[in-house]
Amino acid sequence: MSSGTPPLPGSTAKPQVKALNCPQCGAAITLRSFQQAVTVVCENCHSILDAKDPTLKVLQQFQAITGEIRPLIPLGSRGKFRGTDYEVIGFQRRSIESDGIRYDWHEYLLFNPYKGFRYLSEYQGHWNDVTVCKGLPEVQFKLVSNANYLGENFRHFQTADAVTGYVIGEFPWQVRVGERIAVTDYVHPPRVLSCEQAAGETSWSLGEYTYGNEIWKAFNLPGQAPQPVGVFENQPAPTTINLKQVWMTFIMLAVFLVGLMAVMDIASSKEAVYSASYQLPPGPQKGEASFVTDVFELKGRTSNVQIQTSANVSNSWIYVDYALINQDSGRAWDFGREVSFYSGYDSDGSWTEGSRKDTVIVPSVPAGHYYLRIEPEADARHPAINYSISVRRDVPVFGFYGWALLGLFLPVLYVTLKSIGFERSRWAESDHPILQTESD
Amino acid sequence: MTQPIANCPNCGAKIVFQWSSSVQTVCTYCKSILVRTDVDLKKVGQVADLPPDSSPIQINTEGIYHNKAFVVGGRILYEYEQGGWNEWHIVMNDGASAWLSDAQDEYAISFAATGQSLPAAAQVKVGQQFNWNNQTYMVTVITEAHYKGVEGELPFQYWDKTDVVFVDLRSQSGRFATLDYSDEQPALYLGEFFEFDDLKFKNLRQFEGWS
Repeated sequence: MSSGTPPLPGSTAKPQVKALNCPQCGAAITLRSFQQAVTVVCENCHSILDAKDPTLKVLQQFQAITGEIRPLIPLGSRGKFRGTDYEVIGFQRRSIESDGIRYDWHEYLLFNPYKGFRYLSEYQGHWNDVTVCKGLPEVQFKLVSNANYLGENFRHFQTADAVTGYVIGEFPWQVRVGERIAVTDYVHPPRVLSCEQAAGETSWSLGEYTYGNEIWKAFNLPGQAPQPVGVFENQPAPTTINLKQVWMTFIMLAVFLVGLMAVMDIASSKEAVYSASYQLPPGPQKGEASFVTDVFELKGRTSNVQIQTSANVSNSWIYVDYALINQDSGRAWDFGREVSFYSGYDSDGSWTEGSRKDTVIVPSVPAGHYYLRIEPEADARHPAINYSISVRRDVPVFGFYGWALLGLFLPVLYVTLKSIGFERSRWAESDHPILQTESD
Repeated sequence: MTQPIANCPNCGAKIVFQWSSSVQTVCTYCKSILVRTDVDLKKVGQVADLPPDSSPIQINTEGIYHNKAFVVGGRILYEYEQGGWNEWHIVMNDGASAWLSDAQDEYAISFAATGQSLPAAAQVKVGQQFNWNNQTYMVTVITEAHYKGVEGELPFQYWDKTDVVFVDLRSQSGRFATLDYSDEQPALYLGEFFEFDDLKFKNLRQFEGWS
């Protein structure tokens, strides 16, 4: 705007990091957020000091075994996190108690003199990048309360009292050890909306699930980020697949396959070309058992031929040796089929095994004049067996489609079960453990 | 836009008003608070040294608000038990006057809203809802602040305050409202929050060790 900017008036001195000493133990205290700090905690003697007071009045001192907690990101660490330089200036441990078990998590306060404050929270290797909400989320109390923030819906996860157990570094608000704040989390993975309520003031923050290695890289931390334990409230499901979409795709493909089957069925002529009935006399075989059928004609294009064998077997079997022979060229297709059926009764009730019918498909048989050579065989002590054969050409074969459908269904089933298991683990830790899935 | 030039009635230093509608300014040399009258400048008070603060904004910081350039002309500094904040008086390139508030590096720009019916301070409670300009706001916090000083040009006289009550309200869409009970008649400011980068600041303060 204005060209020659006049000399800047007044307080133009660059704010500097202040070096002070703890009034309690004399240890060095650094104020890294310039005048933003409201409280600062001596790392040495755990005195909580009034950072606004030039004499650093002691507000509270808490007991902590030295080295009780070692922040994973040391105070004073600088790093470029998501495009902005930040310095870690404060650290606190907070915990909730549930069924007599204490659950601890850690919060790191990040500071940039222009962009302000940001938080990283960590629970058993699960990290969240947290910022304060500018808008006011809307809470809807239905069967389960929900919260809506800027058009995004979050489901209530848990409400619990969080107690501050350990603090070091500096904070732009009043911190005290032992302070109890009601925290309510609403989740919509990978985000979590948190509401903290204390003494008439409600503050909202929005967290985004973050992988430890991103933080390790940003702050150039040694080694590897600790492996997360279990499933965290807003951890995104490992399958980035949208289940609804997976099922929609599966259903579409299945419908397509069924459609194809229908088309195949309509297109197949299923033409009956020959049928006959025979009897295999009882008792042991006498002489040559084989015989030939009448000649029948296969018309049209080269297609498959289906031969069905039916027999009135009961606790017995018949084995038929077939040859499908082309009268003109003498080319033969040899195959044997068995029809057997057994039934009975045992302690589990009645049972059956086998079938009185057998079907076989001979693929790619060219048109022409054919006959069957048939050679039946049965147990030496068999009764008379009536059996019949029927020959059809150009029948639809659906076996492949069944396998294709199964091939499609198995991965869908796998991701669905995995997702159900993951969501169940997530909600198991909440106020609303679930028994059935709730897909997004 | 004229840039009237006058001399400080206290120390004689040259006083340049960047903005013709400014009512009050502070002499950068002797820290006298000067109020414009029809003919000249009148000294009404003296600013004690402002407490050090760490806002990255300063007089003459420039920025962009919804495609409109603005420049920072003055400020009012407040403190409360959880820290302090600045209300920076900004002037848009179309001459409009607005406020850039900077509380712990949370930035918001607001404009004075007139013609609304406003509650008395004693009637306001946290959680209460108000409707202004077809927008619902909820009271989030009531702050008793201490006036700590002024700097630069302001569109009104503001120099003899002590404790002031502010009521902050927020909407679901990231807009905010402030009820200012500095004067007998409450004043309403309506505005919205911004990310630091959205305002495309220039001529910011420098911090030791930060670039």
